[in-house]
Amino acid sequence: MNETLAFILEWVIKGAVLIAILLTGFAYTTYFERRFLARIQIRVGPNRAGPFGLLQPVADGIKLIFKEEVEPAEAYRFAFLLAPVMTMVPAVVIMAVIPWGDKVVMFGREIALAVTDLNVGVLYLLSIASISVYGIVLAGWSSNNKYAMMGGIRSTAQMISYELALGLSFVPPILLAGSLSMSEIIQGQQSSAWYIVYAPLAAIVCFIALLAEVNRAPFDMVEAEQELVAGYVTEYSGMKFALFFMGEYIKMAAVSAIFATMFLGGFDGPGVDTYAWLGPIYLFLKIFGLLGLMIWIRATLPRLRYDRLMAFGWKVLIPIALLNVFITAALIVGLGI
Amino acid sequence: MAQLESIKVTTDEIKHLISNRAVEGETMLLNMGPQHPATHGVLRMLVELDGETVINCIPDIGFLHTGIEKNMEAKTYMKAEVMTDRLDYLNTVGNNLAYVLAVEKLVELDVPERAQVIRVIMTELQRIASHLVWMGTAAMDLAAMTVFLYSFREREDILNILEMVSGQRMMTTYFRPGGVWRDVPEEFEKAVRDFIDIMPARLDEYESLLTENPIFIDRTKGIGVIPKNKALGWGLTGPIARGSGIDYDIRKAHPYTGYENYDFDVPVQKAGDVYARYQVRVEEMRQSLRIIDQALKAFPKGPFRSNNRKFVPPPRAELGTSMEAVIHHFKLWTEGFDAPKGSVYFPVESPRGELGIFLEGDGGPKPYRVHWRTPSFSNLQVLSWLAKGHYVADLIAIIGSIDFVLGDTDR
Repeated sequence: MNETLAFILEWVIKGAVLIAILLTGFAYTTYFERRFLARIQIRVGPNRAGPFGLLQPVADGIKLIFKEEVEPAEAYRFAFLLAPVMTMVPAVVIMAVIPWGDKVVMFGREIALAVTDLNVGVLYLLSIASISVYGIVLAGWSSNNKYAMMGGIRSTAQMISYELALGLSFVPPILLAGSLSMSEIIQGQQSSAWYIVYAPLAAIVCFIALLAEVNRAPFDMVEAEQELVAGYVTEYSGMKFALFFMGEYIKMAAVSAIFATMFLGGFDGPGVDTYAWLGPIYLFLKIFGLLGLMIWIRATLPRLRYDRLMAFGWKVLIPIALLNVFITAALIVGLGI
Repeated sequence: MAQLESIKVTTDEIKHLISNRAVEGETMLLNMGPQHPATHGVLRMLVELDGETVINCIPDIGFLHTGIEKNMEAKTYMKAEVMTDRLDYLNTVGNNLAYVLAVEKLVELDVPERAQVIRVIMTELQRIASHLVWMGTAAMDLAAMTVFLYSFREREDILNILEMVSGQRMMTTYFRPGGVWRDVPEEFEKAVRDFIDIMPARLDEYESLLTENPIFIDRTKGIGVIPKNKALGWGLTGPIARGSGIDYDIRKAHPYTGYENYDFDVPVQKAGDVYARYQVRVEEMRQSLRIIDQALKAFPKGPFRSNNRKFVPPPRAELGTSMEAVIHHFKLWTEGFDAPKGSVYFPVESPRGELGIFLEGDGGPKPYRVHWRTPSFSNLQVLSWLAKGHYVADLIAIIGSIDFVLGDTDR
């Protein structure tokens, strides 16, 4: 009985810690993006609130909380309220299967640094990741705004074009590790090499598809400012808008963590075997680097046209990903990796 | 609410502009603008969409109408010039130039050599600044946001030079009938030299972000193609016409203010698409640098404005010693000068195309009629057929490539 209680308590604490980190971390993702983007664009970026502008996210949050919530008169209220939630929740829960480190001993218990180690972790990732697109579609449709609706329609068109390639690009790591569990995929990389070495093509396809997944430039057609004003969030204000924003940035961090886990060894790094606490630090550094890459791409590239993304997804990404699956399978059989 | 109902436009009232399918509700009517991030000012477009494909695009201008032509008719020739700055706010110096050249032609006033060279340098600097704004915003329309900030860095250098010379960053009113307002300061030549030394490398920098970028090429090549005969038929001028293979530049065809003395090329591209217009404008910036370089090398000394006291105010220093100067000064600033009866039309090459002014004098100190032939207005006309069949995203790219200024369009 006591053991069960401790088990539940452990889960709750780990879950609460993760959510707390994500909800505060997202704010600093926006800060990081604004500062880094500003450096690239010969600007300064936010530097007024607090030292180095570090309190800027707090100020933004307070502003958004006190903003008036405007709802369009002819919006479908239920879906209008549901949409931000449907974008936000998947972004948070997707992190549950990502291990942040090996087992550590705390309070006399051996605790795994992951909320849960699902044996079908990769499937969980794929299924949760595609839920959030419903939030965008619902937001676009329920706002009763033409620009918002076009954003919503674009997001469906976008999803069907990258989701397949994303799924296929996860296959090589799964084949190499022989498991769908995230922790076993990491163990597989610890014992051999990071899977980006074995499956570089899959890593590239995966990164591109993940960019499309989080609607980041150059795949940000859903909220294309110059075309659709603000896309699906056009009619949202205040905290409802902030929820979309939070969902987007948390998901950015989440997909970086996914990519790091699948191809960059997750929490793996020198010395992590002896000092298990280095795990979360390595994972954080990898996420940080990938976020930087995303911001860099946003600063450099123009936006694709949405029909071009579909053509790119179907005609380029999927064949490459499929081919890569065969190559990896052949290598595994042939060389016995 | 009742009031709102009464001004609601039904599809019935605009059915001559849209297709039958829109009246039946099969296609979507979308209001783009006047407040829209990509319409470069306050252009409103009624866009009929089938999915994301543009079926009809109806530009609706007039939101920035300022009545400049009529306002100028109520002012003396000297004071009316201040209005011209407000016309095309990215080409203020060029607007001044068209106006002062027209006035000089009307009253037959000579301009000293030095003033002409200063005018050429300033106009070409402004042309680069205008193209930089175009480049930044057109790239921004395709979401290449960094180019915008880079190009505004160099535009800032140019605005600093304008400020150094005239005291104003944008609304300079620096050219005056008979010359320029005052001589350029000592540090002018060095500032311009520094700018044209650094600019080629900066142009390469922008090009490295755009010219060979596959996404940029994908978004611009084959988009918004204007065939040569259509460009001629619609009276297009400027880079948009040169992008369609029309080798026409007023600086070459009908040289003014000494452009015949400079050696420069007129870039022409045959493709007629958004990418061709991009290439033309980038090359024009390089050619402008060439012109400025030659002008700086041959920078003559001498008076910076005409000595004809009937039209040009005397120097400030003379007012204390010469009674005649006081009289001229008083007359010019109260009544202005009289222009003879007659009319002139003077076209100049603005960054957007042929900017012409028609001035009619009735013998008095104020123009009887002022009319501007503005390139933005003429070039914008192609939008409605150019956008047809393209996607919304391409419509944005096309708007960017036309490079209109609403102040210039609505006047």
